[in-house]
Amino acid sequence: MKKHSFGSLLFIGLVLLVMYLPIAVVIVYSFNANTARIPIDFTGWTTDWYAKLFEGRSGFGDALLLSVRVALWAVVISCVIGTLGAIGMARRVDGKSSRLDTAMESLMSLPIMIPEIILGLAFMVVFNAMGIRGNDLRLVLAHVTFCIPYVFLNVKSRLVGMDPALFDAARDLGASPARVVRDITLPLCRPAIMSGAFLALAMSLDDFVISFFVYGAGEGTLPIKIYSSVKVGVSPQVNALCTLIMGVVFIAVALSRYLSSMRAARQRRLERQIRAA
Amino acid sequence: MAEPVLRLDGLCKDYGEGLVLSGLSLDVYPGEFLTLLGPSGCGKTTTLRIIAGLERPTAGRVVIDGADVTGLPPEKRPVNTVFQNYALFPHMNVFQNIAYGLKVLGISKSEQKERVMAALSLVRLTGFERRMPSQLSGGQRQRVAIARAVVLQPKVLLLDEPLGALDLKLRQEMQQELKSLQQKLGITFVYITHDQEEALNMSSRIVILNAGHIEQIGTPEEVYECPLTLFAADFIGQNNLLHGTVTAVSPEGLSLEVNGVTLPALPNEVFSPAVGERAALCLRPQRIRYGREPQHGMTLKGTIRSKEYVGGMQHTQIALGGEVVLNAVTQSAELDSYPVGSEVFVGWNRRHAPLVPDAPKEAV
Repeated sequence: MKKHSFGSLLFIGLVLLVMYLPIAVVIVYSFNANTARIPIDFTGWTTDWYAKLFEGRSGFGDALLLSVRVALWAVVISCVIGTLGAIGMARRVDGKSSRLDTAMESLMSLPIMIPEIILGLAFMVVFNAMGIRGNDLRLVLAHVTFCIPYVFLNVKSRLVGMDPALFDAARDLGASPARVVRDITLPLCRPAIMSGAFLALAMSLDDFVISFFVYGAGEGTLPIKIYSSVKVGVSPQVNALCTLIMGVVFIAVALSRYLSSMRAARQRRLERQIRAA
Repeated sequence: MAEPVLRLDGLCKDYGEGLVLSGLSLDVYPGEFLTLLGPSGCGKTTTLRIIAGLERPTAGRVVIDGADVTGLPPEKRPVNTVFQNYALFPHMNVFQNIAYGLKVLGISKSEQKERVMAALSLVRLTGFERRMPSQLSGGQRQRVAIARAVVLQPKVLLLDEPLGALDLKLRQEMQQELKSLQQKLGITFVYITHDQEEALNMSSRIVILNAGHIEQIGTPEEVYECPLTLFAADFIGQNNLLHGTVTAVSPEGLSLEVNGVTLPALPNEVFSPAVGERAALCLRPQRIRYGREPQHGMTLKGTIRSKEYVGGMQHTQIALGGEVVLNAVTQSAELDSYPVGSEVFVGWNRRHAPLVPDAPKEAV
C-alpha cells in the first residue's frame, strides 16, 4: 500500500467531512428526543420518531406506496418502449444510418437534457388541457417520459457493441426475425435492460420537480410529502424517514457490490480451470 | 454430370456504388468442395451471403436442389453457414449453440441430444457440452461453429473464410480436418478464401473471382497449370509474367517479342493470338531450366544476375537482356556451380508455359 502524507490525509478527511457531516446530522437528529419544531439541542436518545412514522396517521406510508407504484409502472413501461426502440433503431444501422435515424436517436434521449422545471411545466399544461385528471396516470405518464432515455441509451450501446453476425447466424440456423429477438437479442441485452431499469427506478423514486408540477389533488409522492412536511420546520419524523431510506440504499449498494465480487471470483476460478486443463 | 445442387444464375449486386457482382453464373454439383477464391473486395462474401439469403441480389436467381430460393429468407433455405468469426451465441453453452437450429425446428429433446452428441464427436469435442464459448480456444470455437452448421444436415454448407482467424499451424491442421470432414459427410461445401494455398490444398474445384466476375473455374491442377487469364496467372502461385506482342505464327508455334527478346510459345484452344496481338507468357519459376547446354531445344541465352538460398530452395535471377529478368527456383539438391555473372542457356517445356491474353494494366 502506498503511504499517504499527513497533508493529503487531512485534505481527504476534510472533503469527506463536508460531504457526510449533513447526513450524519440527519441520522443523529432522528434519534433526538427534543420535540421543538426546529430542534437544535440534543436532549436525549429516543426511537419515538420511528414508531410515529409507522403509526399510519403520518401519511408517509401512503406517499411511499404511491412513489413505489408510480416508479414500478414507469420502469416497466419505459423498459418495453426503450428496449423495442433500441432494437428497432439498431436494426437499421447496417453501416449507414440515415439522417432520420440520427434525429430520432437525439429525440429519444432529449428528455434527459431538458431542464426538469420545463418538462414539469409542459406536462402540467398538457395534462390540464387534455383533461387527464387521475393522479396516478399523470405521474406515470410523466415518469415514463423521462425514464425511457435511460433504458434506450443503455440497450442501444449494448446493441452497437454486438457482432451483427450473431443475428445472421440465428437466421441462418432457421430462426424467424421474431424468434431472433426472443432467443438472441433480448437475452444478450438483459444486463443492459436491467441496469437501465435500475437507473430509471432511482430517477423515478427520487424525482421531485416534475412530480410536483404534475400531481393534482391529494397527497403527493414521497419526495413531495417530505417537502411539504418540512415547510414549517424540520420534523424529526422526516429525519427518521431519511435515515431509513439511506439504510435501504446502503444495504442495496453493499449487496450489489458483494454479488458482483462473487461473480468476478467465480469467473477467475473458471479461467484458472481452463488454463489448468 | 448429375443435376447441380446449387445454381447461381446471372447474379448481380449493386449497393448503390457500382456493381459488386456483375452477372455471376455458376453450377455446384453434389459432394463438391468448391472454393470461391479472390482478393478482398472481389465479391466472394457477397456471393456467399446471397446464397445464404442474408443479402438480396439486384438481379439473377439462386436455385437450390432445383427450387428457386431467390425470394426466400435465410431461415427457409436448406443451407447453413460457418461464419468468419464463428458467431457463436455467447449466452449459450456449446450444447445449446449446436442444438439451437434443431430446437427452432421443434425436434424432440432426445433426438436433439443424440444429434448434438454425434456432431460433437464428429468435430472431436465430446465432453465440452457445458463449456461457454468464452471458455474455448479459437480452434475449438471453429469446431463448434462447424458442428452447429452440419448438425442440420444442410444441402450446401457455406464457409466464410473459416480459418482466417487461426494461426498458421492450426490452420494447416484444420485444412486437413475440414477436407476429411467433407468426405465423411458428403455435404457440398462452398468455401470462401483469399488464400490461394488453402484453395489449392482443399478444393475439388476453384472459382477465381475478380471484381465481381469469374476469371476461371477449374480443378486446382487446371487453375495452377493452365491459367486462362492474366489475373488467374498472377493470383495463383508465383509466375514470371512476360508481356509482349506476337511477331510470328507458324504450325510449330509462335514467337512473342518481349522488350526486344523473342520467346517461343504455344497457342492453346482458348487463346491463339494472331500476329500483332498482345499476349502474356506465364512461366513458373520451377519450370525454368538453365545450364551449359541448350535446354528443351531452346537456344535462349541469359546471364545469372543473383542467387539466393531460401529454405531448401535456390532462387536465381536470370537476365535475358535489357529488362527481361526471369525468376527461377531449383531444389538445393541440384545446386549449380555457375557464379553470378556467368552466361547460361535458358529453356523450358513450352507446354508448361501457357499463353494468356494481355490485359490492360489497370484491370489486373
